[in-house]
Amino acid sequence: MKKFLCVILAMMMLFALLAGCANDTAKDAGTNDTSDAGSDVSDLKVGFIFLHDENSTYDKNFMDAAKAVQAKLGLSDEQVMFKTNIPESSECYEAAAELVDAGCDLVFADSFGHEDFLIQAAEEFPDVQFCHATGTQAHTRKLANFHNAFASIYEGRYLAGVAAGMKINEMIENGDITADQAKMGYIGAYPYAEVKSGYTSFYLGAKSVCPTVTMEVMFTNSWFDIALEKEAANSLISNGCILISQHADSEGAPKACEENNVPNVAYNISTISMGPNTALISSKIDWAPYFELILNAVLAGEEIPTDYCMSLSDGGVVLTELNEAVAAEGTKEAIDAAMEKLLAGELHVFDTANFTVNGETLSSYKADVDSDASFTPDTEVIADGYFHESEYRSAPYFDIDIDGITTK
Amino acid sequence: MSKEKKQHHEQLVRISKRDQMVFWKSWLVRLAAIVLALILCAFVIVLITGYNPLEVYSSMWSGTFGSARKVWLTLQKTAMLLCISLAVTPAYKMRFWNIGAEGQVLIGCLATAACMIYFGESMPPALLFPVMFLASVAAGAIWAMIPAVFRAKWGTNETLFTLMMNYVAMQLVSYFITFWENPAGSNSVGIINSMSKGGWLPELFGQKYLLNILIVAVLTVLMFIYLKYSKQGYELTVVGESENTARYIGINIKKVIIRTLLISGAICGIAGFMLVAGTDHTISTNTVGGMGFTAIMVSWLAKFNPIVMTLASFLLTFLSRGAGEIATALRLNQSVSDILTGIILFFIIGCEFFINYKVTFHFRARSHKKEVRE
Repeated sequence: MKKFLCVILAMMMLFALLAGCANDTAKDAGTNDTSDAGSDVSDLKVGFIFLHDENSTYDKNFMDAAKAVQAKLGLSDEQVMFKTNIPESSECYEAAAELVDAGCDLVFADSFGHEDFLIQAAEEFPDVQFCHATGTQAHTRKLANFHNAFASIYEGRYLAGVAAGMKINEMIENGDITADQAKMGYIGAYPYAEVKSGYTSFYLGAKSVCPTVTMEVMFTNSWFDIALEKEAANSLISNGCILISQHADSEGAPKACEENNVPNVAYNISTISMGPNTALISSKIDWAPYFELILNAVLAGEEIPTDYCMSLSDGGVVLTELNEAVAAEGTKEAIDAAMEKLLAGELHVFDTANFTVNGETLSSYKADVDSDASFTPDTEVIADGYFHESEYRSAPYFDIDIDGITTK
Repeated sequence: MSKEKKQHHEQLVRISKRDQMVFWKSWLVRLAAIVLALILCAFVIVLITGYNPLEVYSSMWSGTFGSARKVWLTLQKTAMLLCISLAVTPAYKMRFWNIGAEGQVLIGCLATAACMIYFGESMPPALLFPVMFLASVAAGAIWAMIPAVFRAKWGTNETLFTLMMNYVAMQLVSYFITFWENPAGSNSVGIINSMSKGGWLPELFGQKYLLNILIVAVLTVLMFIYLKYSKQGYELTVVGESENTARYIGINIKKVIIRTLLISGAICGIAGFMLVAGTDHTISTNTVGGMGFTAIMVSWLAKFNPIVMTLASFLLTFLSRGAGEIATALRLNQSVSDILTGIILFFIIGCEFFINYKVTFHFRARSHKKEVRE
């Protein structure tokens, strides 16, 4: 028994010692944090709900933006709460409710499937603002405290497509492939509008510089699956694709491309470190401008836009560093020229003159902009010779299968 | 002679089976294991993150008990895990390796979701709830019965069979999700009947999880009585201990296996019913979230005693809720909390060894003999 008591006492001492050691460092960190915070923003508290953690490129993109804005506004870690690995279930509602309990004035969720559960929380807590990325319901639900946001990422993907087209032209000129072998591969997560709009704009970008290009699309039916995305990249390459891009969140495809020495265009993060010899460029949504906008709105007591769409002009849609080691000569100039035209409104990504559906040019298309259970097409979206993407709501609604793209 | 002696000396550590340890002493060992685990975790926390371990532990605590909402949520999660643990327990007590609880619950979820989608807004609640309940119980029971029949009639391996049934259930659910998805192509069903709340379990006293918790509490007591005092509970225990004995005393083994798995699957079905109608109001392949496997650990940790299982499932829920809270409060990656949870579980399971076995060291005897020889 004595022995037993000795052991317990020894344990407690050890424990106290450890706690004592760590105490000092923690305190130091604490004082640093609070001294930075301005008096103006010291009452502000904001909570973020993430589907995964920083291992997913999609969520890392949001986390980086949140941290950037936190630093810019001088908020402490206690004022910016992160909830990671929150599935698209009632756990999202619970996470939002817990954030409200913790005193958050604003709650943001980053995944499409979070929307229903965030609306549930928004209805219960009318005094707290809820913002949701990629969602579709804010403009029809008309809740004063529930807001959607997205970006016209199709413009970014179009520009990334220009870089891809330039690279393919270089391959044709070098005699590596013939013009009719110019086939790109694309790995998409799910076959719905956000993904379709993304790969179509990427394809149109490439086609604008390389008219013979075609594209094969594969779906993984998952947002994050390293093995599946790698597998899809490998099978696209063996199907004869000479350049790969993807709209899924793992490093599977970029790594497969590096192993096979096939150029790759990524999304949301620069993959140059994963594939120094193959990573070409990435298009990316920078959420920092939106986070800054909503935080400032809460601070000033102003209303947050119900459905906000960031674009090239406000810094919400950006391209990551161009990998000069991979890119074809003149790529930067080509991208800059196209960007200038997009910004000036001279060029429209979904210009109906640039694509056909079953061999015909579209003159009218009704899209399902106002979500309802039966997906009734409700809004005419083609006018003035182009498809007006992300104008009637921020989330994409271009879901047309155009010629030149085959899906599996 | 000297050779014999040498062999005896080489046995430095001797492990022997203990008699039943005194009740308080065994719990003291478990407590010591937890304390040891916390100390080791403290080292890990300081070395990896540089945070104060006490701060980390206190945020784990507040993640579970920090507010009324958190307490309710912890209770709800404990109840769900306990319910699935109750379901697998009769099977394990019979030594039927049912690792298919995940799929059995999921198929119950699917049945409930289907009823909510097709009848939720047309049937009166008095009819709808019994239909939902019976459908999910039947679905779970059938899912467990298939491997049971194969095992009983043809002696197939139930471990592989039940495991594979999980994937069949998962694929079925993905199939139906693409069938019901809203909006098209998004691969999510969204909240079912979010306006009419058709098929949602009612709130009791303003608490949406209270009904679930009460159902599981009743199930726990029933399962305790069933295993301990009923003839059927006795029969399945005998089959688990020795099939030959069971055969000798005239127990119909095939019947017992199928009957036990029907009960096991039916309770899984109830868990699925509560998950979809009571908490989630939607369905995905992730609705059960691995609880079907965690439940196996709960069941074995508690040595198939439903009352002790309450404690074990609370402990596991506490660890996972605490892990989530650490990630939020200290901005640590959830992997850090998973490491801590792993260490704590390792110690808790490991200490059962010291409760069941006695370890004796022979250092002293050896050195003593040497001295004498010299």
